[in-house]
Amino acid sequence: MEANYGYCDGSGDYFIVINTDDCDGCNRCVEVCPQSVLELLVDDYEETVVAVGEAFRKKLKESCAACKPVGKRVLPPCIESCAMNAISHSW
Amino acid sequence: MLTMGIDIGSRSTQCVILEDGQLLTYGNIETGPNSAENACAAVEAAIHRRDELWGEYRMQLPNTDTSHLRIEDMAYIVATGYGRVVVPFANANITEISCHARGAHWFVPGVSTILDMGGQDCKGIRVNERGEVTKFIMNDKCAGGTGRFMEIMAAILQLPLPEIGPISLESTKKIPFNTICAVFAKSEAVALMKDGASKADILAGLHEAISARVLALLKRVGIEEKFVITGGIAKNAGVVRKIEDKLGGLKATIPTEPQIAGALGAALLALDRARKKAAENTSRTICSAPGKEAAPD
Amino acid sequence: MAVAGIDMGALATKVVILEGDRILAATTLATGETGETEAYKAMEEALRQAGLKLEEIKSVISTGTGRKRVLFAQKQRTAMSCHAKGAYFLFPQVRTLIDVGAESAAAIRLSADGKVEDSVGNDKCAAGTGIFLDAMSRMLRVSLGEMGAESLKATGTVPISSMCVIFAESEVISHVHKDPPIPCANILAGIHDSIVDRLFGMGQRVGMEPEVVMTGGVSKNIGIIRAMESKLGMKVLVPEDPQIVGALGAALFAQQENGIRESC
Repeated sequence: MEANYGYCDGSGDYFIVINTDDCDGCNRCVEVCPQSVLELLVDDYEETVVAVGEAFRKKLKESCAACKPVGKRVLPPCIESCAMNAISHSW
Repeated sequence: MLTMGIDIGSRSTQCVILEDGQLLTYGNIETGPNSAENACAAVEAAIHRRDELWGEYRMQLPNTDTSHLRIEDMAYIVATGYGRVVVPFANANITEISCHARGAHWFVPGVSTILDMGGQDCKGIRVNERGEVTKFIMNDKCAGGTGRFMEIMAAILQLPLPEIGPISLESTKKIPFNTICAVFAKSEAVALMKDGASKADILAGLHEAISARVLALLKRVGIEEKFVITGGIAKNAGVVRKIEDKLGGLKATIPTEPQIAGALGAALLALDRARKKAAENTSRTICSAPGKEAAPD
Repeated sequence: MAVAGIDMGALATKVVILEGDRILAATTLATGETGETEAYKAMEEALRQAGLKLEEIKSVISTGTGRKRVLFAQKQRTAMSCHAKGAYFLFPQVRTLIDVGAESAAAIRLSADGKVEDSVGNDKCAAGTGIFLDAMSRMLRVSLGEMGAESLKATGTVPISSMCVIFAESEVISHVHKDPPIPCANILAGIHDSIVDRLFGMGQRVGMEPEVVMTGGVSKNIGIIRAMESKLGMKVLVPEDPQIVGALGAALFAQQENGIRESC
């Protein structure tokens, strides 16, 4: 399942996309995030996968700001750490 | 077997009761501040077949008296909804995404894309043939494009909420709105009214902006036949028309009562779990040693 | 030789008359509805302060959301470039500028010689702008001018999870009605923290380097400044009149274009 966590407001779309079918629950992205945005949870289908913590779902633009600077093409640590390519950002 | 689903939304709460998977009754009330009391009130509304929000009761229901039903009669109860839902008598909580998917699937068995427009959020869900979620996207951070936005606009234009859809369809002039932000759109609407723009034109412009935003969200998960719209805003013919216009021929199916999709899905998931539990109990009885009681659940 | 810069914002129109390095006049007037008449009025007021006539102004440059409605301006410049120029003039050590107006917010990173290196702005979402504070001021019945000072009296902070002004209003209402009652100062602290979170995020996206300068009407709020300093762990510089920085920048541009000042 492709889970899009985040929001869009007047200034744009801000989503972290996690493909729960590809996610193997290795936890590396959770550990490497400097803001602790990501967490491991058990979903409705009883699988352990990564999700964006509830407290962050409305603040992605702010919480991910340090890793996603304007005007610079960088790969945030969470995406870099994923061996399964299960996580991506929309902005 | 009787199962129940309760969907506590930010603005409205629904309770659905199924008998062996067939719709028996439902209720629709305004969400109150206390989760537990709210759930009980919703059950009351269901038992007495009341839709307190829109007045009209849209679904055809079997001609049975449901007023004697009690919570204890239910084999399994699933609660869902906005934020942390606390329903003390529920057996399980399942996310609104899964419940909406299942509910829409019940209304339209071939459904592939669901757009749910609720009081304070907007969800896009893709499902497979079994009604299982394959993709989802949710926006509950921005009031733009949610029921809240519609309420604010209706209040400014001094129109009852159920009328803004039909009135917007009478529009003759295009008015573009630069932003979806409810705060900015509100001041723009007030300025337009002072300038003499008609309510129909203003509403049409707002509906246009909302549908553009909602579709941008939905495109992230992809839109394919069959396409179903649920949630309170599905009853707004103006928004639905704008959305369909933008989809170039793809028609949207609106369930007879789009607001109960979540609670209905919850009740169906409750049935799944009740049946699974019954099957486990039967096998346990068969497996227990002769002379011993079956292990309690 | 005097020049003028006029910054027509959503809420206020600011005019600066500049001669050499001296600000002869600086006025702020409510923008009102038509804008064009207000632009004239603001200009007249500034001229009166400076003791000059319009013909004596060599050049006028306009900026801000209403810049096209300033009919007597020779040219227009973007708000971002004007704010950067104005801030650099006042604080040559500035490297990060955060400007928060009534309906917009922007974060700008400047080079050592005052050029804009990177910027991020928002004028499409009310969250983190003056409107948010305005709505809260009305809701809590504390004047805009006092909100900041009041928030500093907080004994704790009530986190506001919604950034959206509309949703935050409902959250605040529910906090106000809680029993036992939550001190207003604490709710205010939560509101200020919420705005600063957003501004901080914007700053991070362009890279928060010292010195950090804040401008715009919202930076007159002491609560915002303290909350920002606390979050950054460093001092935030605020001009004496933070609202005229854009107009000042426009006036500086006017000087450059007329050979009175070297371009940087």
